[in-house]
Order: sequence, then structure tokens, then C-alpha cells
Amino acid sequence: MAEETTEKKKNRLIIEFKNVTKMYGDNVGVEDVSVKIREGEFVFLVGPSGAGKSTFIKVLLKMLDVDKGHIYYVDYDVTQLQNYEIPHHRRSMGIVFQDFSLLPKKTVFENVAFAMEIVQMPRKAIRRQVPAMLDLVGLKGQETKYPNELSIGEQQRLAIARAIVNNPHVLIADEPTGNLDPETGWEIMRLLEQINRRGTTILMVTHSPDIVNAMEKRVIAIRDGRIVRDELGGQYHPEEDDDPDGDYSDHELFNLKNFEKAYRERKIKGGADSRKE
Amino acid sequence: MNNKLFQSIRQAIRQIGRNRAMVFASLFSITAILLILGLFLLLLVNVNNMSQGVKSTFDQVQVNLKDTTTRDEASAMMEQFEAMEEIESVVYQSKETALANWKHKWGDNADLLDRLPTNPLPNAIILKLVDVKYAKDVVERARAMAGVEKIAYSQDTVDKLISITNGIQIVALVLIAFLLVVSVIVVSNTIKLTVLSREREITIMKYIGATNWYIRGPFLMEGIFLGLIAAIISGVLVSLLYHYIVTSFGLDFMLIMSTGLVREKFMITNLAVVFVSMGISIGAVGSIISMRRFLDTK
Ligand SMILES: Nc1ncnc2c1ncn2[C@@H]1O[C@H](COP(=O)(O)OP(=O)(O)OP(=O)(O)O)[C@@H](O)[C@H]1O
Ligand SMILES: [Mg+2]
Repeated sequence: MAEETTEKKKNRLIIEFKNVTKMYGDNVGVEDVSVKIREGEFVFLVGPSGAGKSTFIKVLLKMLDVDKGHIYYVDYDVTQLQNYEIPHHRRSMGIVFQDFSLLPKKTVFENVAFAMEIVQMPRKAIRRQVPAMLDLVGLKGQETKYPNELSIGEQQRLAIARAIVNNPHVLIADEPTGNLDPETGWEIMRLLEQINRRGTTILMVTHSPDIVNAMEKRVIAIRDGRIVRDELGGQYHPEEDDDPDGDYSDHELFNLKNFEKAYRERKIKGGADSRKE
Repeated sequence: MNNKLFQSIRQAIRQIGRNRAMVFASLFSITAILLILGLFLLLLVNVNNMSQGVKSTFDQVQVNLKDTTTRDEASAMMEQFEAMEEIESVVYQSKETALANWKHKWGDNADLLDRLPTNPLPNAIILKLVDVKYAKDVVERARAMAGVEKIAYSQDTVDKLISITNGIQIVALVLIAFLLVVSVIVVSNTIKLTVLSREREITIMKYIGATNWYIRGPFLMEGIFLGLIAAIISGVLVSLLYHYIVTSFGLDFMLIMSTGLVREKFMITNLAVVFVSMGISIGAVGSIISMRRFLDTK
């Protein structure tokens, strides 16, 4: 763990929140949040429903303007971006939404290609890169299917393929395993880890202690809009974060034992992970 | 860029195909609106032409001089007129020139005039005005000068004609503006339907970094398509109608009104340009308006 920490220190800062506050009228979205995330990190953003996790992501993507504070991204201040600069800002991040946000009338291929068309990539590059991406997420040969012909896990992988096709610095995923069974959830986590190993910073929102505890990554716990905990190799036990109002209905989909078992088996088979047990 | 344009056009065609009934309904309405607009345009252009004719015939004031007024006095008066800003040119017309002009006009019957014992025509100063609207003012000032016998100017007719043509022009312009607004609204409501059906797609596109213009592309094309097709249909109908009017009534009109209708070829060429640009603008403005709400939000 110590080794990992020193290695991360070498990397440059990619995201920095400085005393960020976002209110919805009288409701707190996030309040006085300060946090630094370095390039290449894998970060879980955890907390009960209504804690402010989505708000954190929305202000980072500038879907919402902050009330106070600054958000530095690579080498600029997100809070100071002009409207016309927002598209370019967003392109440098890949986004996976909880509901996948696939386009039902486009094929698998088109769903990914469309992210490249938006940034005006030449056709040739699209024809070359989309299959490579689909291959990476394990959807090879499914190019001509429509999203509703895919399983939920495949849909989520497709959403991830779309999010990373333009080589973003950061991949942001808002509850990407929320609707998945443990086995499929594991597949997604493995994919995210693989993407992280290629150097992409990952910021993942989740409600699920099981995932967090199995992965042993950095955990930022947020409650009532404030950061209450931030640790490397962290765990997530909602009860300990002293939260009587938490809503963890989602996490019942995950059986901790099954999940950890599946994770271990895959890792031994794949043998790619250097994380010590 | 070409690639993108092509893509937008293809998408627009696909979208129109999807809501065929609605698109036909609005195509029909826009065509009807532009047809009516075209009729007002024909009226406007012809009235404008007529009023130009009236103005150039009546923008002269003839100041007749008393026989006792000398040529020197006349020259002094001319200098005064020349100093006035409302007057474009000042010409002295001696009674001899006037008679010669008259003879010229009478043509074959001019020898009748030779029998006149004396030249009955006065010496005169002919004032050409910058614009007829100054006539009243100039006439008043001329009347105050010494040595002036009478001022020939058909003021009432001019005033009446001008107020009528102005009235018609204003009414036609207001109606045209109104019809333009209505057709923009029809286009924007039609496009709004396709925008609504793709609201989710638009949101996703925005969140993954599409620019507003990129998102607008296909909708803009759809609007322009709609506007252009309606404009072409109505433009052709209006042109045919004008051809019919000119060939059937052109001569009668000439005899009654003393100025002719605007020439057919000129009118139709201009109609083509006006209708095509109108169709494109109506379509573009309509679709941009229909998307405003969707693109304003971040
Ligand atoms: N548009 C909004 N208007 C008013 N209040 C809002 C709005 N969006 C969020 N909030 C409030 O802000 C707080 C934080 O919301 P946020 O969506 O960030 O929570 P979250 O951590 O993502 O929750 P969940 O896990 O349920 O998605 C909540 O109290 C919520 O009610
Ligand atoms: Mg949320």
C-alpha cells in the first residue's frame, strides 16, 4: 500500500476541488469540498443516497455551475469555462451514466462511432477504432445488434466503450454496476481496472460496499455534501459512516461472498493483477 | 466538413420520412402561407413601381413667369431655387422653347399652332425636385417671389396617389411580415416534434461533448428542407399566376393606369431569388427557435 502511495505521488494532479459549494436553493448539493485526484488513480466516490455524489460529478462536467470555490482540471479552472469551451472540456472525460444512455435506434457500432463523429474524427479512424474498442470490452462481432438485443452487462460495456473511444484522461462512471448482478458487476469492474491500467484515471460513484471492499482502491466517502473520509485502499461500511438515513436497496443485489469469490477466481485465471491478497 | 454536411442531409431525410404525415401537413400550411405572401409581394412590387412612375411624372414644378419679368430677374430667381436643397435641377424654359416642345408633341397636327397670332405660352422656370414630398414647401416659397404668374403643379392628385400607394405598401408589408412570422412558427413547431422525439439523444450528445452547432445540424437541414420545398412550390405557383395576369390584363392595366405592370421576366427572376432565400431563412430560423430551449441548458 505504501509503495502504491509513493508511486501515485509522482503523477500530476488532474482534478482539484477547492472549497467547492453547490446549493440547490436551500438544499445542499456539495458543501466546502476540497479534494485532489492524481492522474492514473482509481477513486470510488461513496455515500448514501442524496449525499451529493452526482452533484460532485455534475459540477466537474459543468452540467451545473458552482456557487463557491474552484475546480481545477489539468491546467484550467472548470468554474471559469465559457459556454463554448464546455464541449471540449467534456470530450476530455469519458462518461458512463447509471442508465447507460445508449441510443436505442443506433446499432452497437453506431453508438460508439457517434462519440467519435461528435469530435469530428475522420471516417477511416472511426472504422478502425470502433471495432478495436468493441473488442476491448468484449463485444466483438455484435456490431450490428441494437442495444435492446444486448444483455444488461453488455449494454454497460457498450456504454464504457463509447466513453473511452476518444481516449479520455478521466473515465467517470455514475453507478455503473447499479443494475447488475454480481457476476456482471464483476466483469464491469475488471474492465474498469483494465482501463485504469492503461493510464486512464477512474472516478466511480457507487452505493455498493461490496464492490468497494473487494477492490481496495482509494475511497472518498461523502455525506450531506461533505467529504467525511478519504483513504487509499479504503473500505466502505455505511453503518460506520454513521448514517441513519442511508438507502442501500441497490446493494442487496450484491452478495459480498459471491462477489469476492468471483473476483478472486477471475484474477487468478487472468493473472494480470499485481495486487497482493 | 463535406462528410458532415452529407451526414446532416441524410439524417434530415430520414427524420422527415419518420413523421411523414406531420411534415406533409406543415409543408401544405407553409406553402399556402407563402402563396398568400407571394400575392402581397406581387401587389407590393407593382404598387411600388406605380408610385415611382407617379413620382417621376409629378416631381416637376413649373413656375410660370409674368410677361413683365425680365430674363435677369428670372436668373436671380433661378439662383434662389438652386440654393434650395429640395431642388435637384433648375431649367429656364423660354416661351419659344415651350412652343417648340408643344409642336413636337402635337406631331402631325403641329401646323395648327403656326396660325396662332402670338405665342400664348409663358416663360417658365422648371424645377425638378429631389422628391415629390417637398413639392408643397417649394411651391409656397416660389409663390412668395415677385414676378411669378402662376405655378403649375397637380398637387392634390399627387398627394392622393401618394397616400394611397403608401397605404397599400404599408398594409402589404405588415401582412408579409405577419405571414413570415406565422410560417416560422409553423416550421418551428414541426421541427420541435422531431426535437422532442430525440430529446434524450440530444442530452447524451451534449454530455459527451457535442457542440450546439453539431447538434443543430440535422434539425437545421430538416427546417431548411421544409422551407425550401414550400418556397419552391409556392414560388412556381405565384410566377404562373403573374404570367397569367400579365398576358391577360397587362394591356388594359397600361391603358388605365398609364404605367405598365412590372415586366414578367424581371418579376419572375426576382421572385425566384426572394422565394428561395425566404424558404431557407424561414426554415433555418424556425428550426433554431425550436431548439433554443434544448440547447440553452447545460
Ligand atoms: N435539481 C435539484 N434540485 C434540488 N435539489 C437537488 C437537485 N438535485 C439534487 N438535489 C439535492 O441535492 C442533494 C445531493 O443530490 P445528489 O444527486 O448529488 O445525490 P447522490 O449522492 O447522487 O444521490 P444518489 O445516490 O441517490 O444518486 C440531495 O439532497 C438532493 O435532494
Ligand atoms: Mg446520484
